[in-house]
Amino acid sequence: MRPLLLAPMLATVLIASPALAATIEVTIDKLVFSPASVQAKIGDTIEWTNKDILAHTATVKGGWDVMIPAKSRGKVTLKAAGTVDYFCRFHPNMKGRIEVAP
Amino acid sequence: MLMRPTAALAALFFVSTSPLALAAEKPTDPQIAHIAYTAGTIDIEAAKLAIKKSKNKEVVDFAKDMERDHEAVNKQALDLVKKLKVTPEDNDTSKALAKAAKEERAKLAKLKGAAFDKAYIDNEVAYHKQVDGALETLLIPSASNAELKSLLETGLKIFQGHEQHAEHVAGMLK
Repeated sequence: MRPLLLAPMLATVLIASPALAATIEVTIDKLVFSPASVQAKIGDTIEWTNKDILAHTATVKGGWDVMIPAKSRGKVTLKAAGTVDYFCRFHPNMKGRIEVAP
Repeated sequence: MLMRPTAALAALFFVSTSPLALAAEKPTDPQIAHIAYTAGTIDIEAAKLAIKKSKNKEVVDFAKDMERDHEAVNKQALDLVKKLKVTPEDNDTSKALAKAAKEERAKLAKLKGAAFDKAYIDNEVAYHKQVDGALETLLIPSASNAELKSLLETGLKIFQGHEQHAEHVAGMLK
């Protein structure tokens, strides 16, 4: 998806109209976020697909907290630029990162 | 205290390597299902005790994680044995695990406050280490059904996470 989305997004930025928001997929399988690190822009949505039989969360310390039930999905729309490290509250050794560009 | 579950699993390995017990060398799938389910139930019961007794947020959160995850895995295990039409079969390993766990719970029940928290978490670290070891070296290699093997492998991943989580909480209690 990303290379296909990149061209129209660049074009949008160049003509300075509101950027097209993208959805970035992250899979959870056997207690691993994959890809562990993703790049996004403000307004993009991160959607986690949980293949495990366990509930997980994507949680930022002092920030957002997304519940991702077993065999289900969860999502968050990014509102601030910067690098955020998130983890699963139930399995704190599960870690991920999102680099959010302005 | 930490030695008891070890002793139980050591007994299991002793029996399984004894030339007198060649037939018992590898547990069968019905026995493996029973051992895995028993091991999960033991941790759920320990978690319930900790949720009731502990006042430490980290410990209670950890216990709730154990209860939630082990219940999910055990539910999956029950669904699988039903689907495979396998009846879990009680065996000496399950019995030894249950006996050791009963003794451990009796000990924990007498402790309070920080002493309870430390004993519970230390036992969780040791217990998950032992169960992970048994899964890796005995239960997974012995499982003949592919779906059972796969569930045990998923369980191992989950329980290794629990072991690290328990070690982390143990570090915070110091």
